[in-house]
Amino acid sequence: MNFETVIGLEVHVELSTNSKIFSPASTKFGGDPNSNTNVIDWSLPGVLPVMNKGVIDSGIKAALALNMDIHKSMHFDRKNYFYPDNPKAYQISQFDEPIGYNGSIEIELEDGHKATIRIERAHLEEDAGKNTHGTDGYSYVDLNRQGVPLIEIVSEADMRTPEEAYAYLTALKEAILYTGISDVKMEEGSMRCDANVSLRPYGQEAFGVKTEVKNMNSFSNVKKALDFEVARQAKILRAGGEIRQETRRFNDKTGETILMRVKEGASDYRYFPEPDVPRFEISDEWIEQMRESLPMTATARRAHYINDLGLSDYDARQLTATKEVSDFFDQAIKFDTDPKLVSNWLQGEVAQYLNSEKKELHEIGLTPENLTEMIRLISDGTISSKIAKKVFIELAKNGGSAEEFVKKAGLVQISDPDLLLPIIHEVFAKNEQSVADYRGGKQNAAKALVGQLMKATKGQANPTVAQKLLYQELDNF
Amino acid sequence: MSYNNKSIKELHELLVNKEISALELTKATLSDIQAREPQIDAFLKVTEEKALKEAAAIDARGINPDVVTDGISIGVKDNIVTEGIETTAASKILGGWIPPYNATVANKLSQSGLITIGKLNMDEFAMGGSGENSSIKPTKNVWDQTKVPGGSSSGSAASVASGEVRLSLGSDTGGSIRQPAAFNGIVGLKPTYGRVSRFGLIAFASSLDQIGPLTPTVEENAQLLNVISGFDKNDSTSSNVSVPDFTSKIGQDIKGMKIALPKEYFGEGIDEKVKEQILAAAKHLEKLGAIVEEVSLPHSKYGVAVYYIIASSEASSNLQRFDGIRYGYRAQDIKNLEDLYVKSRSEGFGPEVQRRIMLGTFSLSAGSYDKHFKKAGQVRTLIINDFAKVFEKYDLILGPTTPTAAWDLGARVDDPISMYLADLLTIPVNLAGLPGISIPAGFADGLPVGMQLIGKRYDEETIYQVAAAFEATTDFHKKQPIIFGK
Repeated sequence: MNFETVIGLEVHVELSTNSKIFSPASTKFGGDPNSNTNVIDWSLPGVLPVMNKGVIDSGIKAALALNMDIHKSMHFDRKNYFYPDNPKAYQISQFDEPIGYNGSIEIELEDGHKATIRIERAHLEEDAGKNTHGTDGYSYVDLNRQGVPLIEIVSEADMRTPEEAYAYLTALKEAILYTGISDVKMEEGSMRCDANVSLRPYGQEAFGVKTEVKNMNSFSNVKKALDFEVARQAKILRAGGEIRQETRRFNDKTGETILMRVKEGASDYRYFPEPDVPRFEISDEWIEQMRESLPMTATARRAHYINDLGLSDYDARQLTATKEVSDFFDQAIKFDTDPKLVSNWLQGEVAQYLNSEKKELHEIGLTPENLTEMIRLISDGTISSKIAKKVFIELAKNGGSAEEFVKKAGLVQISDPDLLLPIIHEVFAKNEQSVADYRGGKQNAAKALVGQLMKATKGQANPTVAQKLLYQELDNF
Repeated sequence: MSYNNKSIKELHELLVNKEISALELTKATLSDIQAREPQIDAFLKVTEEKALKEAAAIDARGINPDVVTDGISIGVKDNIVTEGIETTAASKILGGWIPPYNATVANKLSQSGLITIGKLNMDEFAMGGSGENSSIKPTKNVWDQTKVPGGSSSGSAASVASGEVRLSLGSDTGGSIRQPAAFNGIVGLKPTYGRVSRFGLIAFASSLDQIGPLTPTVEENAQLLNVISGFDKNDSTSSNVSVPDFTSKIGQDIKGMKIALPKEYFGEGIDEKVKEQILAAAKHLEKLGAIVEEVSLPHSKYGVAVYYIIASSEASSNLQRFDGIRYGYRAQDIKNLEDLYVKSRSEGFGPEVQRRIMLGTFSLSAGSYDKHFKKAGQVRTLIINDFAKVFEKYDLILGPTTPTAAWDLGARVDDPISMYLADLLTIPVNLAGLPGISIPAGFADGLPVGMQLIGKRYDEETIYQVAAAFEATTDFHKKQPIIFGK
């Protein structure tokens, strides 16, 4: 029997606000254990949560980016459970009035196949801390992450293949990334994904029994885990077995999913409205303000690059691979620079440099200003393309103005015949044999002379002008 | 020499005129406490050294003639968090906990020159109506040491009634200020929900809890409310409405004031002698020019049931943080995490707290939520609407604070329902978020009877106006209890 795969994804995205969702402590990642905590994160007796309004801003942006309706009157709920990394023994979350609901996103597979995946809901909540088990027999709790704001985005069970799930994550990541509310890095935990998978015979409407797969820390692992899980379930079903409702974790070493726990009935989290956080009213003005503040989406940018700037589809995709590169490009072309040249540099030298240095664009000295300045210096003949590579390295490493560096380092191209002629004659004097060879009919001998000329000018001779002059002098005999 | 028969206004004059220093006054208060504590057991902790140091510092900088509370001592209920001073909510589970921060009200007290002289006994986590649920010791009724002082602010009421301190802070979730104030013959007010910050009040039921003042007289009560009120950015449920001078209407006559007498507050379960005293008090107000009429609060009879579902549900969640992991009591000899939770909480919480946690956990659980928690919320709305309707026509609602006067210590310990019913008349006020006061209005068999006045939201001023008019023309508040046979 052949089975149809049914996949739904629950994605947690960390919102990059400066302070936590319900406390003024910093959300900075990677400090000493418990260094970014205060009395609220510790859940000391008597403390109260106070909503960080910036988190609601982010929630509205996410809802807009995912084409969702917004609960304009919205409240938080308590989800009750005991665990050491959950200091209140309840998580403040949203149960029946999530900020966003009824959304959708377009996905596109590598083969060009397109689909629309519906999104059931997106709700705001606080992250938990972290438990670690020491080798000394003690367990430790680090509450730095406690209270970091999250938005949980729950898709409908609309995906039919692991490839679609992969494409959904790609589209979701891009949509969130371009709102600027999160850096959505799965490898660093600012985007986390759990998958619900089930199989059903083709033609059957009812869903099969599903399993939940956790612990996948990259998009490709999500796909691998789903591939494995689909095969595992199909094998059981084909053998006449039944799927057990259970939670499984992905082991990235073996590429397999392994049993974590069997679900016996739904957990009872005793949700009830959080009495310490009053109901929020989200006005139409607030929503409009957020809509206006949203940057252009990746799709819109690609259309703009192709239709208005004349770039190729390939270039447009490369430039929008991250919002950072796309923003940089948009800034750079504001300085009246040829978009194609900027695009070439970003995809060429810049990309190579970032790769080899393992850095991101904002971490190097290159700016839209100094890159376009350098491109202008090439176009107007002040520097050669070869010299430009040197200039670029300098700008990437130390920043600053391209023009000033070129002047200071004496890299300006020599195009003046009055300056070049004496050097050419000097080269001829030092290479009499080559001159004689050329004049004797050996065309190739001129190339050696050009090389000597470039050497003598430390590469600064304008190649076009210099060659023209050199041949003129050789022939002018 | 004791100064405990002087109002804070009189004490303030003595301090301003340098007839007494803050240090001398504080020493006198400490010796009053020392003399009475063995019979009363109102305090869990007296912070003598700290109080004397603060008093000396106030003397050094000089009394501020514009701040009536400057240099006066106050007792604080032990569920209000005080930095550096052990705060336990009278529970074993918080034994030894020294808070690293101050409740907002604690900061406001010191900003107004008040000296916190100690932490007051209470029913564990403010759950109880007799003071007997303190895990440390029961506080005694000042008027008769064989009677309960009421609760949960047992120490707050007894310390004021016995003359140990002039001022104290309590908290009121279902009557925990007003009921012990009534049982001890003093003035206790539960402010409008949102009037006083709850930041640093160890939560019992978040949607009902309010901190409020207990004092011998109405004016002092208003003066203390002036100190603790106001919006707090650390408490999102605190209100942004402006804070008036709560004493401003004290002394104004009450001619034409419209006062409602809910017939349900004089019906079944209300002691005849209590009823008699309160009806007489209503007559007295009529004589002062008020218009008193009977009304109905038809849903108030559901108050106790609604309250025990909502308050216990919120409490079951609020008290989950006492898990033995980060602070407070942790059971020894545990096998695993589950064991740590179960043993720490079973050994750390007293029986009444455990009862309410179970009640609340049940009310919120799947299959029960709609029948209990949700329905309770709906009935709460009906109770709120009842009050709103009455307040369309009336300025105040008047009734007894409690169905009976104080009962014998131990009499209701094994009968939680009869204990819960003692809050019958105070609970609806918390459910509706309204302000309510209890003031001395007579005696039944030698024990004080309290009259409750319930006001509109944020209209504590009118409550104080009428309460003060009553106080000014009666002698009940002047009656002194007989402590240790004297």
